[in-house]
Amino acid sequence: MKLQETFSEALLNPHTPAPTGIACYNGDIDRRFAVYRNNVQSGLINALATSYPVVAQLVGEAFFQAMAQIFIQKHPPDSPVMSAYGSQFAGFINAFAPARSVPYLADVARLERLCVQAFHAADVCAVNPGLLAQALNSPEGLPHLHLQLHPGVASLHSPYAIASLWAAHQRQGQIQGLDTRQPQSVLVIRNELRVEVFTVSSGCAVFVHLLKAGNALGLAAAHALEADPDFNLGQALALLISNNTITGLQPALEASP
Amino acid sequence: MHSPLASLIAPRAPRLPPRAGLGLKAEHFVDVLASRPDIGFFEVHAENFMVAGGPFHHYLGLIREHYPLSIHGVGLSIGGESPLNTEHLRRLSLLLERYQPQMFSEHLAWSSHGPLFLNDLLPLRYDTATLHRVCAHMDQAQDVLKRQILLENPATYIEFDEAQFDEAGFIQEVISRTGCGLLLDVNNVYVSCINHARDPVVYLDALPLQAVGEVHLAGFAEEADSLGQRLLIDNHGAPVDQAVWALYQQVLDRIGPMATLIERDNHLPPLTELLQEARLADRYLFSAQVQP
Repeated sequence: MKLQETFSEALLNPHTPAPTGIACYNGDIDRRFAVYRNNVQSGLINALATSYPVVAQLVGEAFFQAMAQIFIQKHPPDSPVMSAYGSQFAGFINAFAPARSVPYLADVARLERLCVQAFHAADVCAVNPGLLAQALNSPEGLPHLHLQLHPGVASLHSPYAIASLWAAHQRQGQIQGLDTRQPQSVLVIRNELRVEVFTVSSGCAVFVHLLKAGNALGLAAAHALEADPDFNLGQALALLISNNTITGLQPALEASP
Repeated sequence: MHSPLASLIAPRAPRLPPRAGLGLKAEHFVDVLASRPDIGFFEVHAENFMVAGGPFHHYLGLIREHYPLSIHGVGLSIGGESPLNTEHLRRLSLLLERYQPQMFSEHLAWSSHGPLFLNDLLPLRYDTATLHRVCAHMDQAQDVLKRQILLENPATYIEFDEAQFDEAGFIQEVISRTGCGLLLDVNNVYVSCINHARDPVVYLDALPLQAVGEVHLAGFAEEADSLGQRLLIDNHGAPVDQAVWALYQQVLDRIGPMATLIERDNHLPPLTELLQEARLADRYLFSAQVQP
């Protein structure tokens, strides 16, 4: 019962010879086994290139393929659901010495992973606007209010201009004159069927991160202000509301009846 | 030794219409909905829709309202030495429940080993141990999914020294023991027979053609091995080859009109180009219908 184990090892390691026990009418076993090896390698490289198109463009095809090949050996898939494959890619890039000259590459990969997650996230409707307005207009209840966010919402802070780098590789982008050493925070959302990436203040990123972790609005806003004195709660809420990302409300229980 | 459940369900199982269908790709979702092409059915890869929500489910839900659907699994690893992934079976079950496809099919191949998923359809050694394993996995999958599964004949590049069955004989055994059906991939028949220096028509005649529930047609890439012999790669990246159309005619001569999928997964052309290929398959199907 060892056949598939040796077969698997030989598929993932290009320097391992073809397994014994395989046959071919004309004896040209290595060339034919190489078809499987190539299918596995190119299939997984394509899966990564599909999830990380900006990373692939930033380093070029040859570098991306070589990097992906090493990643695949270290982290082969553990599920047949390929949209989930490559969640360790950003961490891998971060430790991948040949990519050190592109210091923002790992954070761009993190952003692209968030975009894939947002794209496939569950469909949840925005909360009734009337209920939301009522909750937000109650000053005494506001700090204890819990806002549930759409499962596709995520924020990320980077010491590099990842939002600009990402945008430069979309249709509307411009890469000339881009200062990559400009720290940026991003908010990723899925509004209806579209994934959108917004550049936001670092305070807003902290705020969203804490809301997502289940903290009350008061606590999330206080930490956001601490991290970023320019944090504007009204603006952050307006951005979340206008993109249909608030999907539920949980007012804290009243202390007394 | 039919699985009792499969034989109970099989006669009432909904069928795909005996027409040409197309693989449905995300790049064509909007086009399909806008133009509503006259096509027999669409087919999707199950694993692409194992996501929580978003555009994939949105568009497939809308398209399903207007077309028969076939769901084609590429990740169950029916021939795997490891037990079937029950989590994956559960995901498949949910997907079939949600979209109620007319057909569900998988491959006579393996793709997982333990936790490792290799994302390719890998070849099996056709011996008694493999036969028992494949049949046990088919019984399990048909019981969990509560339906007959069509099993697709593979495209292969190598064989095994200690095989005890030829491929057609092996498929015959699996079908008679589990009550599953056959997804006859005519391109795979051609690719494998060329790669192993066999006569495709002889192979075809050795298959249990009465069990065919769907046909696949696709294109291959032509290479040469280090001895200069033809080596065909089943890459789904080109139009259907003339030799495969000719073999398809042989299939229709034997089984009559049958739901036929045009598969294209790589080098995806515009929808209109694929529709033209589907029209060609429809012409073959129409001729097969009018023959006595």
